[in-house]
Amino acid sequence: MNASRSNELGITGSEQLAAIRRQFPALAQQVGNKPLAYLDNAASTQVPQSVLDAIQTQQGLNHANVHRAVHMLGERATVSYESARDKAVDFINAPSRDCVVFTRGTTESINLVAASFGGSTLKPGDEILVSAMEHHSNIVPWQLIAERTGAHLVPAPITPEGELDTDAYARLLNERTRIVALTQASNALGTINSVKDLTAKAHDAGAVVVIDGAQAVPHFRVDVQDIGCDFYAFSGHKMFAGTGTGILFGRSELLDRMPPYQGGGEMILTVSFESSQYNALPYKFEAGTPNITGSVALGAAIDYLGSLDAKLIANHESTLLDYATRQLSAIDGLRIIGTANNKVPVVSFVMDDIHAHDLGTIVNDEGVAIRTGHHCAMPVMDYFGVAATARASLAFYNHEQDIDSLVRGLCRARELFG
Amino acid sequence: MNELQDLYREVILDHNRSPRNFGTIENADRVINGVNPLCGDKMTLYLKLDGDLIEDARFEGTGCAISVASSSLMTERIKGTNVDATLRLFDDVHAMLMGQSEPNDSMEKLAALAGVRDYPSRVKCASLAWHALKSALTGSDERISTE
Repeated sequence: MNASRSNELGITGSEQLAAIRRQFPALAQQVGNKPLAYLDNAASTQVPQSVLDAIQTQQGLNHANVHRAVHMLGERATVSYESARDKAVDFINAPSRDCVVFTRGTTESINLVAASFGGSTLKPGDEILVSAMEHHSNIVPWQLIAERTGAHLVPAPITPEGELDTDAYARLLNERTRIVALTQASNALGTINSVKDLTAKAHDAGAVVVIDGAQAVPHFRVDVQDIGCDFYAFSGHKMFAGTGTGILFGRSELLDRMPPYQGGGEMILTVSFESSQYNALPYKFEAGTPNITGSVALGAAIDYLGSLDAKLIANHESTLLDYATRQLSAIDGLRIIGTANNKVPVVSFVMDDIHAHDLGTIVNDEGVAIRTGHHCAMPVMDYFGVAATARASLAFYNHEQDIDSLVRGLCRARELFG
Repeated sequence: MNELQDLYREVILDHNRSPRNFGTIENADRVINGVNPLCGDKMTLYLKLDGDLIEDARFEGTGCAISVASSSLMTERIKGTNVDATLRLFDDVHAMLMGQSEPNDSMEKLAALAGVRDYPSRVKCASLAWHALKSALTGSDERISTE
C-alpha cells in the first residue's frame, strides 16, 4: 500500500486497526481457505476478548441470582449486574438509573412500550406514526396494540434516496397522534434520521416519542437527553456484546405511570392473593431472573467502546463506507438501495439478473459474510420494488480487504451468471 | 469442480436465465401459492389436469436461481406424467435434496438440483416448488411455506 492510499483510508492498514482486530477472536478465522470478511454487523456484531472474559468471569466465578441472596456470590452478581446498568446510564446519558430497564433486546423494549404505555393510553381513533423505513420490530408491536385499542398505524413516507420525507412527516403529525416511533438509523438502508428535530416536532404535536437505536449505538455516541425522546431502545448483540440483552430507556414520569409488562418475581414489593404492590423503577419492568451474564457482557462492551478513540473510529467507518460505496458502484449492473446523505456504514444493493440469495452464497465462497433478504423491513423492499437486497454492513474492525473480498465475490457472481 | 460450481451447474443457470413454462394457465384445475419467508421468494404453480394426467404445468413468481431453476425443471419434467408417478417423483427428489439418497439416472436433469446438499440454507430454495406441487396434487393447504 502506498503512502497516499494509506492516508486516504485513515487507520486501514495501520497498527491501530490491526490491534483492534486482534481483540476479536472471530475475525481471525478462515472460510475454507479464505480469510473471513465479516460484513453482517447490522445483524449481529462480533465480541471482543474483554467481553468474552467478562462473560467467563461472571458465569464461572460470580454466578448467583441477583437482589436476593446475602451470600458472597449473590453480592457479587448483584454488584456486577447493577454496575452494568450504571454503565448503560452513562452510555446514553440517561438522567438517572431508575429509567434504564434491562430487556431481552430492542424488540422486547419496543413491545414493552407498545403493550404497557400504548395499551394503557391509546383510544379508538388515536394515531401511531412510524416511518416507512422501520424494522418489523418497530411496526408489528404497534400493529398489535392498534388492533387491541382501536388506534391506527400511520406510515410516514420515504424518498427515493431512502430518507424520511420530513415534509410529509410534519403534515402527518396531528392532534390525534399519540405515539411517534422512529428508527435513529435504518438497518436496511443505513439512513440516519435527525431524531432530535423529529422528536421536537412530535412533541409540538403532543405525541410521545419512541426511538429505535439498535443500529445507532454501535456507530456513534447517543445522548437521550439531547435527543429529548421519551423512550429509547437498543440491543447488546449489535454493539459487541452477546444476544438476549438490551436496554429500554424511558422517562421516569412515564415509566412510573405505566402498568407492569410482565408479572413475577423481582417486580413486586409485596404479594397477597388480594393484590400485589409493585417494585420501584426500574425493577417494576424486570420480572423474573434477568439475563445477568448477558447484562454484564453489555456493560463490558460499553467499557470496550469507551476505550476506543471515538473520533478515529468515526473517521475510519466513514472512510470505509465511502470506499465500499465507490467500489460497489463501479460494478456493472449493481444498484445501491439507500443513498441518503447521512448514513451509518450500511450498503444495501441489488445486481441485475442475480438474486440476492445467490450473491450471498457466491460471496461466501470468497469468505464474505453478508446478509441477503428483506432485512425484516418488507415495506422498504416494497417501496424500492425489490424482493430482496444484499447488504454489506460494516463495523470499526472491518478493513479495506473485506470490501475487496466482497467485490471479488460479486465479480465472480457476474462471471458465473453471465 | 468445487461446491459452488456444483451448485450453479450450467443447467441451473440456463433454466434461471430462460425459465421454461413461466406464466399462468387460464382455467387451471389447481393453483397453489408457495412462499419462502426466509428470503421472500414467492411462486405460484398452475396445473391443468386431465383425469389423473398432468396435462400442463406452469409457474410464475420471483426467486433466486435455485428456486427458479427448480420450478422450471419441475414443470418441464411433470408435464404428461400421471399423479401417482409424480408423487413418487416428489419423494425421490425430496430424498435427494435432503441428502438421503444419491441422484440416480431416473432423475435426469433434476440431478442438477443435488448441489444444494452442500448448502443447508439453500435446500429450501430448491424444495419450495416441489412442496407446492405435492400440495396441489394432494389437496392440502392452499398456501405453502417452507417454514
